[in-house]
Amino acid sequence: MPETTLVRTPLFDRHVALGARLVPFAGWEMPIQYAGILAEHQAVRTAAGLFDVSHMGEIEVRGEGAVALVDRVTTNSVAALPVGGVQYSLLLRPDGGIIDDVLVYRLEKAILLVVNAANTEKDLAWIRERAPRDVSVIDCSRDLALVALQGPSAARILEDAGGGAFTGLRYYHAAEGRLAGHPAVVSRTGYTGEDGFEVCVESERAGDVWDLLMESGRPRGLAPAGLGARDSLRLEVRFCLYGNDIDETTNPFEAGLGWTVRMEKSEFVGRDALERARGAGVARRLVGFVAEGREIPRHGYALRAGGRAAGSVTSGGFGPTVGKGIGMGYVPAEHAAPGGTVEVDCRGKWAAARIVKGPFTTPRTHK
Amino acid sequence: MTPDDRKYTEEHEWVKLDGAVGTVGITDFAQGELGDIVFLDLPRVGTRTEKTKPFGSVEAVKTVSDLYAPVSGTIVAVNEELVSAPDLVNKDPYGKGWIVRIEIADAAEASALLSAGDYKKHIGLH
Repeated sequence: MPETTLVRTPLFDRHVALGARLVPFAGWEMPIQYAGILAEHQAVRTAAGLFDVSHMGEIEVRGEGAVALVDRVTTNSVAALPVGGVQYSLLLRPDGGIIDDVLVYRLEKAILLVVNAANTEKDLAWIRERAPRDVSVIDCSRDLALVALQGPSAARILEDAGGGAFTGLRYYHAAEGRLAGHPAVVSRTGYTGEDGFEVCVESERAGDVWDLLMESGRPRGLAPAGLGARDSLRLEVRFCLYGNDIDETTNPFEAGLGWTVRMEKSEFVGRDALERARGAGVARRLVGFVAEGREIPRHGYALRAGGRAAGSVTSGGFGPTVGKGIGMGYVPAEHAAPGGTVEVDCRGKWAAARIVKGPFTTPRTHK
Repeated sequence: MTPDDRKYTEEHEWVKLDGAVGTVGITDFAQGELGDIVFLDLPRVGTRTEKTKPFGSVEAVKTVSDLYAPVSGTIVAVNEELVSAPDLVNKDPYGKGWIVRIEIADAAEASALLSAGDYKKHIGLH
């Protein structure tokens, strides 16, 4: 592996003190697990988990034309988003390929985009190229830290931590306020399928916020949780992972993300290609499947549908809540119906897996 | 935690000898690297093993790894408890987390394996 300097989040020393196993991830040195992935996964499903996701990129778009610019480079409708609203959206290439999947926050004075760590530079360049003079596109990734408090006890923990002002937020809404005495943007969002919040604070303040939440959460069973549990939690509710399930060669319709595309809004990058794609119909679809036996489909394993090669598993693993091997992958549209079977090459053995509709476990996010 | 009452392989298995039968498991180092184990794919009793060839696999939440036969021989027992409690391998890798018992074909093969001291040096080099 080439020698590269990994970036550390402001919470690095805390992870070390908590006994985390740290791994390189998108140029960052991140905790993959503390006590163990299963225990952390369970904590989030039954009580709560605290994740350091400061590796995520934050891009602030400011100025008169900020809304119009973000509207033009994303698929969802920013114009329709009220102040305090958050939306899941996509950045597309002109050919409809997905550049990134992002969260768009409409704040009082700016639009905040939370983007994938590995895509931050690419997204910044893409948006800046399209920005008019009066709009600033600012990379805040190093200045801002992001902490995710997730699980059925998240709201009570946040309240105990003095964050009662945020516990009334509806799902996919955000508010600017204070936590641990510091300015923070808190949203009712997450990547686990549980109720929860994501807290964005200045990097120098992240330690205070982390400590306060850990302390408030301890009596309620809060556990620090790493990227390992984050991945198994998101897979169980079938959230896409950029670089695995979606990338520049996949379009939103085949990925099942058509709901993020507002074809009726004003012109946006990728729109013409999507118009054509919609007319032609999708040739393949991203499906979710559960292994019938004890095999565990994993990323990269070959897939077969209707007796023919059908690409590979885009995300896979053991679903702790499901208790079985689960996965996702693209199969020809004619073989994508729920109830159908795909076969996964599990290390030389073709294992049957049943295509299921929707998430593997029912999300319990706040309404 | 590397008991010196048994032999080791560079692939992180241990073998505890009892006459011509060796009980086989994976080391504490190996279970730690794998993380939470959720399933073991194991051969049936009577299956022949060939030294250094895979005889099964261990599925953990994050990853999967082959099990390599430390010696050639015949499987005479499989730890059935691991079917319902694969995490025994994490919790007690040198005891209740044993995996198979092999009737060893050639005693010289077993005595040529690493000592506890050599194995510790081996993982120290990692």
